[in-house]
Amino acid sequence: MVAILYLISALLFIFALRGLSHPESSRMGNIFGIIGMIIAVFTTLMFKSVLSYYEIGAAILIGGAIGSFIALRIEMTALPQLVAAFHSLVGLAAVFVAAAAFYDPVAFNIGKVGSIKIASLVEMSIGTFIGAITFSGSVLAFGKLQGTISGKPIVFKFQHLINALIFLFIIFLIVLFVINQSPAIFWTIVVISILLGFLVVIPIGGADMPVVVSMLNSYSGWAACGIGFTLSNNLLIITGALVGASGAILSYIMSKGMNRSIINVVLGGFGGEQDSSAGKDNSDKIVKQGNAEDAAYIMKNADSVIIVPGYGMAVAQAQHALREMGDILKKEGIEVRYAIHPVAGRMPGHMNVLLAEANVPYEEVLELDEINHDFPMTEVSFVIGANDVTNPAAKTDEASPIYGMPILDVEKSQSVLFVKRSMATGYSGVDNELFYRDNTTMLFGDAKKMCEDIVKSLSA
Amino acid sequence: MEAHSSEVFVIGLTVFFLACIIGYYVVWSVTPALHSPLMGVTNAISSVIIVGAILAAGPQGFDTSKIFGLIGVVLASVNIFGGFLVTYRMLSMFKKKPKKSKEKE
Repeated sequence: MVAILYLISALLFIFALRGLSHPESSRMGNIFGIIGMIIAVFTTLMFKSVLSYYEIGAAILIGGAIGSFIALRIEMTALPQLVAAFHSLVGLAAVFVAAAAFYDPVAFNIGKVGSIKIASLVEMSIGTFIGAITFSGSVLAFGKLQGTISGKPIVFKFQHLINALIFLFIIFLIVLFVINQSPAIFWTIVVISILLGFLVVIPIGGADMPVVVSMLNSYSGWAACGIGFTLSNNLLIITGALVGASGAILSYIMSKGMNRSIINVVLGGFGGEQDSSAGKDNSDKIVKQGNAEDAAYIMKNADSVIIVPGYGMAVAQAQHALREMGDILKKEGIEVRYAIHPVAGRMPGHMNVLLAEANVPYEEVLELDEINHDFPMTEVSFVIGANDVTNPAAKTDEASPIYGMPILDVEKSQSVLFVKRSMATGYSGVDNELFYRDNTTMLFGDAKKMCEDIVKSLSA
Repeated sequence: MEAHSSEVFVIGLTVFFLACIIGYYVVWSVTPALHSPLMGVTNAISSVIIVGAILAAGPQGFDTSKIFGLIGVVLASVNIFGGFLVTYRMLSMFKKKPKKSKEKE
């Protein structure tokens, strides 16, 4: 009976993911997920060995209240940090469950204290290891995304060698743990894995965060899997594998969006020392600067506008003002669409959520391969808070660090408007030659303020 | 059951690989626009680890294992409620908009 209920729960989780293939079916999917979770929890509460309903109920209420409070209050621009924080909790929970199984193996039917089955010990320590890495890696990712810790990659000598040695040491500890089942070694594994989690994320810079967040998403799934094997629980194994696969695919998509291998991102250090070299041979080139009225005039006289948002839009919270601008243009009979680069923002799909929040209909929001061939037929590209993802150097300059990265071909449209705070280079540290072209107008200023000013000029 | 622990493991492994394959196909079918909600949902369902935490917290009386279990329940609950709710918030923004965008003349 239990196995059947767990199976139903697992199937509901699969449907929950399946629902996300379209916005209209996605809400039903989420409900499937919730029902699946409720079934899983109540099925477990029905176990004969589970008796302390009050304590468990209280724990669920406390956790649920905290989770609901955070989820309802969070700003959509802060989603990446939130997701990172949640991942850290899954990792930590995995560590605690593994520890609980180690201290009371009888409750999990995996042997007695001091003589736990070898297979269970291996699975338990792997679950602990992945859980602890997920925990500390996510905490650090959270810090970087929140801005509490510098988003700059931190690199030092022999970094990868040290990580590799620590990893080997952990394997050695796991072997030792399986042999003598000592609590001291168990906690050493936890502590060292936490350390490794920090070291793994430390060299990865801010704009590579979409990959890291997806990767940690994946890890949290594998951690659940590890615990699933320990407890011989198919529900945990299935769900863990689903989540693990999901995170891995997202990491792959994100790395591909930057034309880099996952290994390359994980090894980190990309875009480290850009400040000194920025714009050294372009200082004599002329930049055409404009203001909100110019932008309003150019767009008002166009037939079609493609808006290219990037992380800068999120930082400035400009999505609402941007949508208002789009609405006025549409009312003037101008075709307005949005082009999203796969790695725009700080997590997969970040821009789509922000635009949806600002009530932009999702039909107007298109992915790179859906819209890229339309740029030559477009009069104005309005780039707001994006830079590297539009840089033609990715196609022409083999020496460029972003060479080979798929870009949005804004340079093919008749004119380009760039909303930027300054001439600073993007994350990659590469200067963007588009800034110096004749048909480019730079609009310097805060993205939100600029959109509001353009709205004013348009409605004047 | 004790005698067949290797068999149990192989069954687990079978389930694991089949689930990975299902995950692979299901996730590729997710539209890129919904990748953020995907992270929200996967985050919520990975907290199904609460099952293990409940088993640890189940027995009466208080020992180390039970305390760990209860902490696990709290952490996983934060995620379950938080994950599903934040996904719900995201998805409700992807609703088809009724065609009367802002009455601002």
